[in-house]
Amino acid sequence: MMITLYMPSLNIVEVASTEVGLRKGLSYGRIGGFSYEDPFLQGWGKPETVLLKKDPRTGQKIEPVYAYVYQAGVPFTSSIRHPRILGKGVEDLSLNKGRIGEANEDNGAVFIVSEGRFNGKTVTYIENATATKSWAPDAVLKTGGDANTSYVGAGKIMFVREGCWWCHTLLPEETQDWQVFGVPPRLGDYNSESPTAFGSDRKAPDLLHVGSRNSSREWMVMHFFNPRLVQPHSIMPRYDYLWGDVDAKGNKIDYDKWRQEYDEYSHGTRIYAPEVPEPASDSEARYLLDFILSLK
Amino acid sequence: MLKYLFAKNEDIPPGTAAVYFGMSSIIWFVIGTGLGSFNAAKLAFPDFVTGSELFSFGHMRQVHVMAVIFGWISMAFAMAMMYITPALGNTRLWSEKLGVWNCFLWNFGLSLALTLLWAGISSGREYSDFPWFIDLYILAFIGIPLGLNVWMTIIQRRTQGIYTTNWFFGGSVFMVWIVLFVGNLPEYFQLTGLTEAYLTWWFAHNVLGLWITPVAAAIAYYTVPKITGNPLYSHRIGHLHFWSVVVFYSTPAAHHLMSAPLPEWLKSFASVEGVLILVPAIAFVSNLLLTMTGKWHYFVDNVETKFTITGVLLAIPLNMQGGFQQTRAINWYIHGTGWIVAHAHLALLGFSTFLEGAAVYYGLQTILRRKLYSLALANFHFWFLLIGFAIYWISMTIAGLIQGAGKIYEVPYIDVVIAEHPYMIARWVGGTMVFTGNCVWLYNMWMTAREGTKIPEGRLPHELAYER
Repeated sequence: MMITLYMPSLNIVEVASTEVGLRKGLSYGRIGGFSYEDPFLQGWGKPETVLLKKDPRTGQKIEPVYAYVYQAGVPFTSSIRHPRILGKGVEDLSLNKGRIGEANEDNGAVFIVSEGRFNGKTVTYIENATATKSWAPDAVLKTGGDANTSYVGAGKIMFVREGCWWCHTLLPEETQDWQVFGVPPRLGDYNSESPTAFGSDRKAPDLLHVGSRNSSREWMVMHFFNPRLVQPHSIMPRYDYLWGDVDAKGNKIDYDKWRQEYDEYSHGTRIYAPEVPEPASDSEARYLLDFILSLK
Repeated sequence: MLKYLFAKNEDIPPGTAAVYFGMSSIIWFVIGTGLGSFNAAKLAFPDFVTGSELFSFGHMRQVHVMAVIFGWISMAFAMAMMYITPALGNTRLWSEKLGVWNCFLWNFGLSLALTLLWAGISSGREYSDFPWFIDLYILAFIGIPLGLNVWMTIIQRRTQGIYTTNWFFGGSVFMVWIVLFVGNLPEYFQLTGLTEAYLTWWFAHNVLGLWITPVAAAIAYYTVPKITGNPLYSHRIGHLHFWSVVVFYSTPAAHHLMSAPLPEWLKSFASVEGVLILVPAIAFVSNLLLTMTGKWHYFVDNVETKFTITGVLLAIPLNMQGGFQQTRAINWYIHGTGWIVAHAHLALLGFSTFLEGAAVYYGLQTILRRKLYSLALANFHFWFLLIGFAIYWISMTIAGLIQGAGKIYEVPYIDVVIAEHPYMIARWVGGTMVFTGNCVWLYNMWMTAREGTKIPEGRLPHELAYER
């Protein structure tokens, strides 16, 4: 217990969070499996990730920035609750310059990732934009609009609940995996993420950097609805049930008709595959899409 | 069962808890392998049963794993403990009533837990998928009552020493408490990042190393001497086995994350300790095989010995794989491939299941005082398990090597999927054979309880000839 639990813990607390780690933690929220705020794994109580191009307070144009919006009552990610997780340097800057200690779950808060200097090195840290820039959660969501909002935290829940990680790992290995699946993760890429869902039994491509390999939302939509539309040899299950009852326009989705037409298509009696419905903006399919596309 | 839950302890016939545990374990085995067969079919034919969340692979895979670990394997262990511990202590079980309650709460809790898991209510951590309140339930109503019963029975024994089997039983029921508690700390306290990842595998490794492996081995230490009549070859090697399990098996958890960003010293340490697992493995296998000296005909004649020795023999490839596949030299090739899936099935469906099968076969006959209903069906069960497992293991090992080659030569992933397809079908065939064998077993044991030949007072089941 001394060697396998205590000594590794000494090393692991020394690890300072990287920028990747900060962004993951902030976009996923408090915890990714069963939790008080989300006992049925529906994606409740998770933050939204908003790509901001305008200052939500002044309306002026700014450099595009990802803002992590915790609406009132949404539990903060673990590193805001326990800044020690962030590691040396990142913790100091986040508390002193980023003022994360002033954030309050009951009122909600908006966080961004900023760059600062610590001991002569450039370090990324968390900034509580509600304190430093007076960005209110509602204003950020309104300024960003639905098109720039990603439900990454809720999507991570879908990823865990639907068991995507039983086949798709989130861990390019420290071997020859690199060139296809991208760089392996670094030590500080996970501070504040739970569960890490590395996966152990890879039956499908690694997804840690999938958003960089394939950023086509249209491809993903078809692939989730029925993977064999875009990849005839895929053994991935169909996730059409994540669409729910209605599509983006509010029309009822007729699954029986779709499956029948698809069967005709796959038997060669129909030339074109049936159209895949566009997922509704509050559907579970959309959450999962947002999560997968956020994996850069 | 209900009438015994509220009966006085003295009024419950000895062995009642063991019978309930034994029958429950077989039923869970049928359920667990049925789910496994269903999942394998989905991997071979992805459009088999589609359109429903509940029957999707992602919802069913973990239910299969947890049903066989907590239903079949662990309940068969509980069954073995309920009758072997008192028998070796020349005494009665400390509390038969606690045993019956234990079995009732176990079945109830596991049904609830698997239903939640099936619905997707999971912690998202492999092997510790249950949400934390289920983990605490398992500790409080499954682990602690079982351990208490075993410990108190050992303390109240009427023999002078403690035989090797009871060393293992007593040690494992205690160690599994620690594993259940510490391994789930990330869920109780929302630990994150590498701590979470590492503790997930710390749990997964130790639940195998400090619970499944030693208890399965302990069963062999009982059944082989008991049935053959030979004394155990060496108690001293048995002690070496026990203490080397405690020291070497509890430490290599990090070798499951050899390609993850963990401290390098930890991975190297785990890798060396992982090779040292060969010490308990060799001690165990050699001790048992030497115990068989002069009695090898039992391996053919006697179905319980057939199961036990097959399990012991399967420990050889298991530990050869286990010892070396986690070294950096080999791990980079096979990590995360079907090879590991084959290895996991070699451990749980090969090595351990055959030993538990022996315990349940022998125990139910002994306690019910009924000779096995049908030897032919038992042999059918044995061969379907063994051949089904072999097909599974070989096909998944080949699939794993294909995946490994695909990984290092950077073959487009879809080509790997295509190349694996025949092996996925073979895996489904093997798994379905195991499931079929288990259905036959359930029937055979049910008929044994109802119609098996009565065993006269003072005789043991293996001393009687089979009638069918």
